Amino acid sequence: MEIFWYIVLMTMLTIYVILDGYDFGAGIIHLFFAKTEKDKKAITSAIGPFWDANEVWLIASGGVLFFAFPTLYASSFSGFYLPLIMILWLLIFRAIGLELRGQIHNKMWETIWDKAFGISSLLLALFFGIALGNVVRGVNLGMVTDGVSAQEPHYFFLPLWNSTFSPHAEHLGIIDWFTLLLGVVGVVALTIHGANWIIFKTNSDLNQKLKKVVFNLNIVLLALVIISLLLWHNIEPKPFHNFMEHPWVWIFPIIAFTGLFGLFKVKSFKKDGMGFLFSSLFLLGGLTSTVASIFPKVLPSTNDVNPSLTLYNVAAHEYGLSVGVYWFIIAAVLVGVYMFVQYRVFKGKMDDVGYGEH
Amino acid sequence: MEDMLFYDRMQFAFTITFHYLFPQLTMGLSLIIVYFKWKFLRTKIDKYNEAAKFWMKIFALNFAMGVVTGIPMEFQFGTNWAKFSELTGGIIGQTLAMEGMFSFFLESSFLGLFLFGEKLMGQKLHFLTGFLVFLGSWASGYLIIATHSWMQHPVGFEILENGKFVLNNFGALFSNPWLLPSYLHNQLASVITASFVIAAIGAFYLLNNKHSDFGRLFVKTGVIFGLISSVLVAFPTGDWAAKNVVKHQPVTFAAMEGIFESEDGGSEIVLVGQPDVVNKKLDNKIAVPNVLSFLTYQRWDAQIKGLNEFDESVYPTNIPGLYYSYHIMVGLGTIFIGLMLLASIQLFRKKLYKTKWILWSLMFMLPFPYIANTTGWYTAELGRQPWLVYDLLRTADGISPTVSSGNTLFTLLGFIGLYLLLGLLFLMLAGKIISKGPETTQQI
Repeated sequence: MEIFWYIVLMTMLTIYVILDGYDFGAGIIHLFFAKTEKDKKAITSAIGPFWDANEVWLIASGGVLFFAFPTLYASSFSGFYLPLIMILWLLIFRAIGLELRGQIHNKMWETIWDKAFGISSLLLALFFGIALGNVVRGVNLGMVTDGVSAQEPHYFFLPLWNSTFSPHAEHLGIIDWFTLLLGVVGVVALTIHGANWIIFKTNSDLNQKLKKVVFNLNIVLLALVIISLLLWHNIEPKPFHNFMEHPWVWIFPIIAFTGLFGLFKVKSFKKDGMGFLFSSLFLLGGLTSTVASIFPKVLPSTNDVNPSLTLYNVAAHEYGLSVGVYWFIIAAVLVGVYMFVQYRVFKGKMDDVGYGEH
Repeated sequence: MEDMLFYDRMQFAFTITFHYLFPQLTMGLSLIIVYFKWKFLRTKIDKYNEAAKFWMKIFALNFAMGVVTGIPMEFQFGTNWAKFSELTGGIIGQTLAMEGMFSFFLESSFLGLFLFGEKLMGQKLHFLTGFLVFLGSWASGYLIIATHSWMQHPVGFEILENGKFVLNNFGALFSNPWLLPSYLHNQLASVITASFVIAAIGAFYLLNNKHSDFGRLFVKTGVIFGLISSVLVAFPTGDWAAKNVVKHQPVTFAAMEGIFESEDGGSEIVLVGQPDVVNKKLDNKIAVPNVLSFLTYQRWDAQIKGLNEFDESVYPTNIPGLYYSYHIMVGLGTIFIGLMLLASIQLFRKKLYKTKWILWSLMFMLPFPYIANTTGWYTAELGRQPWLVYDLLRTADGISPTVSSGNTLFTLLGFIGLYLLLGLLFLMLAGKIISKGPETTQQI
């Protein structure tokens, strides 16, 4: 039963990253590349009817985490207290930036909310990458000093950083050079992803330029991925253990690299949706590979005193998990129907939807 | 430790109070917008569709505020109440996860269609999307109140040796006797908020001689919905909810009503008076003898347990706060019924639109349903203290063990600043929509 919910949770989180990822990416593109009012309108129209529903995947994933793995939810949400609350603030800024911009036609008003939308999208992409880095690196569970736990074995708290910025310090921070690197990977990957979505959903004048941006950033992304993989060894002593034990797991990195290399052909794609497909594959493969490399751990311990959190020692009780399957399947089918309807009505290019003009 | 508990509670109280200003209008207003859409489909009179479109603008703004302030609520169970989440997550996580899966997806998917899809879909489908948004928001309320009811009156669980609460009967979560009365009471209260808002904006237009056509429609709709919901919120649903408190949380009931001592021969109902917890009495009390006994047990001489019958360790932690919350809610509820009744009589006599003082009253009544809803929730929440799970898990034992009070104060201050900004923006933009008024041009 734990495995079922683990797969459900990881699937939902992956869907969240792919969907809201393009929203963040669109925000970053908006910040750096949208010069004219027309460009900006194309970008907000491309994500306008979707971003809210996309964000629901985060809330729903949070709900499933809470219900199926309450100990992990309690441990990680209190331990990562500061970045999580800041993510909330950024989500709020981003949402009001998008929603309020069109309410008043005034240059200053529009500039303020454009920047709020763009900057918070950028920071969110960075924070989510950093978050992934923290999960890979692990935390000091039980807040051990000199071999003695100061807290129950599954609780911890991390400040935003410590003075060394090192992922090997006894008392870690949220931001160190390793997690920051993954944060940058997050920003680059989601910028590419957002650009692909805009190309897919609009006939904007930006599209030609964005194809070049995707190509160039993809080179950067490839370099960053190679560097991260080399440094990975420094963080996780046996990064390929699961891959050696279960060769089928190689499917995940293969998916990631298919996406990554596929994007180099961005300029010759016949269909505008191809780029988005490939960047989605990269995100899917990248996330699943990362998660697979630490499986069955869900939050590694960096000390020898307290064991890592695994999906088995953080799960809720059997009965609740079993009964949840019934309502979850019904709900999942309904969600599928909603998404089908939503993407069907707003299929094709979105330039004319006139988002934010209500 | 005391500090940690204090700031955790303040942050939750502040963020939930601010958050719930928005969903209460969302839920009630979605019902009334669906009503306008339905009238339009039936009568083909454009005014109804234009009214629906006008309120959809306010709805969209209000909904966005509800969403952005709602996400922090779900996060805070983990960030600030980790121990509570760890111990009870297998149960309350169940209903909260269902809320995400069943209602948030429904609302958010169809809200986009409802707001932007009218010309793509045609009127019937547009009505349907509006109805689904309404359904989603009411389902969300249901699942939140199911969660709330379990905390007030836990059912269908057992406690393991390690202190964890585990579910053993899923159905019990939904047949909880606390759930239905609370849900109906709460939903009617949200219809009250929407009715009063609509009536207030209508009155504002009439008194200004602007958009008078719409002014009349809004006042009429607001008064009719307002009268029905104001009556039903008190009786029978408020009465049911209160009887649950009497039965399952008698000490809370005593504190709510300001009954310090049990009285043989029947308890009085307190209308006015300030509780003095130290000397266990009410100052300058005005009370009507025996009425509380009658309302509670339908017998004039029935005995109601006073606070004196309970141990102080189970007293609600803030007795005056609880007492005032309850009395403000009940007092305002009574005023709502009175005003809506008078307005309805004038409406029936076809004199409402010219009765200036009622229009003025309707306009100035706008903030009060928000206050009544908020104090109603304070009654429920302060009434449950000092418990998170009634009689089983104390609030002090539910906080995150590793988050220092300094960090919580930091985020609390951040929330206060951010929400002040949100509140200002909301008022400014809602004011702009209202002063512009409904558009009578044909739809695009």
